[in-house]
Amino acid sequence: MADPAIRIRNLFKIFGPRDKALIERVMAGMTKAELQSDPAHTLGLRDINIDMRKGTIQVVMGLSGSGKSTLVRHINRLIEPTAGEILIEGEDVTAMTPDRLRAFRRRQVSMVFQRFALLPHKTVLDNVTYGLRIAGVGRSDRERAAGEWVERVGLSGYENSFPAQLSGGMQQRVGLARALATDADILLMDEPFSALDPLIRSDMQAILLELQKDLKKTVVFITHDLDEALRLGDRIAILRDGAIVQQGNPQDIVMSPADDYVAAFVAEVNRGKVVKVETIMRPLSPDSSALSARSALVEGTSLEAAARSMTEAEATEAVVLDSGGHPVGTVTMRDVIGAMVPSGDEGRGHRGAAALAAEAIG
Amino acid sequence: MDWVLEFPQIDGTTLRALARTIDQQYRAFSRAWGDAIEAAFRPLLEFLLWFEKLLIATPWWVVLGVVVGVVWLASRSRTITLGTAVALVLIGVFGMWEDTMRTLAIIAVCTLLSVLLGLPIGIAMSRSDRLQATINPILDVMQTMPSFVYLIPIVMLLGIGLVPGLLVVVIYSMPPIIRLTNLGIRLVDAEVLEAADAFGSSGWQKLLDVQLPLSLPTIMAGLNQTIMAALAMVVVASLIGVRGLGQPVLQAINNQYFTQGVLNGLAIVAIAIIFDRTSQAFGKRLQRHRDAEHG
Ligand SMILES: Nc1ncnc2c1ncn2[C@@H]1O[C@H](COP(=O)(O)OP(=O)(O)O)[C@@H](O)[C@H]1O
Ligand SMILES: [Mg+2]
Repeated sequence: MADPAIRIRNLFKIFGPRDKALIERVMAGMTKAELQSDPAHTLGLRDINIDMRKGTIQVVMGLSGSGKSTLVRHINRLIEPTAGEILIEGEDVTAMTPDRLRAFRRRQVSMVFQRFALLPHKTVLDNVTYGLRIAGVGRSDRERAAGEWVERVGLSGYENSFPAQLSGGMQQRVGLARALATDADILLMDEPFSALDPLIRSDMQAILLELQKDLKKTVVFITHDLDEALRLGDRIAILRDGAIVQQGNPQDIVMSPADDYVAAFVAEVNRGKVVKVETIMRPLSPDSSALSARSALVEGTSLEAAARSMTEAEATEAVVLDSGGHPVGTVTMRDVIGAMVPSGDEGRGHRGAAALAAEAIG
Repeated sequence: MDWVLEFPQIDGTTLRALARTIDQQYRAFSRAWGDAIEAAFRPLLEFLLWFEKLLIATPWWVVLGVVVGVVWLASRSRTITLGTAVALVLIGVFGMWEDTMRTLAIIAVCTLLSVLLGLPIGIAMSRSDRLQATINPILDVMQTMPSFVYLIPIVMLLGIGLVPGLLVVVIYSMPPIIRLTNLGIRLVDAEVLEAADAFGSSGWQKLLDVQLPLSLPTIMAGLNQTIMAALAMVVVASLIGVRGLGQPVLQAINNQYFTQGVLNGLAIVAIAIIFDRTSQAFGKRLQRHRDAEHG
């Protein structure tokens, strides 16, 4: 597999004036709650290790205050770590000189913000050219490039509008175009769609997925919304109290939540839409009756779609084919239905949800 | 048991000796340095004199045209422009044109000085809590100390004339622009600043692209207050020989010339209103993009 685009190693962050003095005790296992007794210090991140693959969308999810914004701000060093390293193409961001860091931010990484963070006194076009202007690109070059991005995010005709004249969704399109205009490979997005109405949010997710199809950026996407995480994420990491409690692909998270916290997140999820048949298929045995079954499913089919097509074919068993059409496993209708509905054992997750909700409010 | 009934105080002789020593020291200092300090202010004085002469020597209708034109360009408001023209004509008709020009000159130079000095100080203050904690009490003193008090050492040092007058006015009128520049920059949206950093802005780029433009409405409010404060000091400055609308007022006070006092007072008010409305309308125009609600 290709080298990760972003590799985070043993990253710790303690907010407060004497963070370096406290780090050893945190490394030795002091928890966020224990550190709370020191009012000047907050544990932001604890021992984060994560590899983010080139060209994929890495989602970081967690409740409010779990450290998502803190984590993403370490990648472009808007926040200085207390300990640990962040390697981008092998280069340690935490060791960059101020000059190098500025060059890195101008060319290699860009960012989209929750409340858009546009310049209110500049037009849409001038906002989109912002990063290029900072980097010293000439006026005609940057306006040509920005014009293209304005068009790609669907804002043609609004070039000379001011942000205050646009709706929230349109403002965030400006934010997206501004981030894409610098051609950076890494795109950091801190809850970019959280401030938008649900319908607009869904539109924006579609735009992002559409763009990502041919841009293949390394996207770090922060959200507290599981549906958004499942829709966008190639991989998902879940943060709690500054530590990663689970990371994996969307199905791993849904099928085998690592603890009550994660279970609470996934309790309400429609598994039929998220889980794919290959996740639950049984290995192929030569005498399997399914090989002659009337139903065949391609890898990547969701359980919901599988159930529908097996019902239509009146099959109780189906063979799973890989993209080349070779059989790789079998599923039964019973497996499919069973996986769509959480078992009694996982009902625990619901109690967990209530407890966590109480914790989040309190 | 005297101290129970009366506040225990330094006895008169000691106090007099103390005052005399300090006064003597200061007099010695001003004898030694007065000329050098006056020489240092020379370019400023020349500039002020030149500007004053320019306003007075230029035919009145040219000055009137330029002022009305500037007011129109800045405010784009018919009412304000027309009001300005009428006020200036009345000032001329009642024989106060020349004094008004002198006052305009000193106010303009004071404002310029206040901005040139106040803006950088305000910016520096916004960057350091410690500096803010140091400068704030100084600004309090500048704004509340009766101006007659600092008139004394300034006159001892520089004598009577335009430059000491200018200093008195600047001391009193500079605090608002410093305070509001500092405040405006501190109130700039943290997320926009973060965006500037995230795209690799240098400190200067951040200041020019984000901090100053976003704090402009607040800075403009400070500028407005600075101008108003400068106008309020015109009469006091006339005590130490600054000519202009303040002098006839002073004369009116001394001789109980009621009408002369009122007329010149009204001229000062008229200038204040012109400056105020024009700078506010200009500030609003700069902020047009903020009101544009999406429909
Ligand atoms: N500058 C800061 N100083 C002190 N504590 C902070 C600072 N920024 C964040 N924190 C704390 O760090 C924790 C994580 O915050 P954050 O990363 O903003 O969470 P999230 O984005 O997941 O809501 C919270 O407890 C928050 O109070
Ligand atoms: Mg956050």
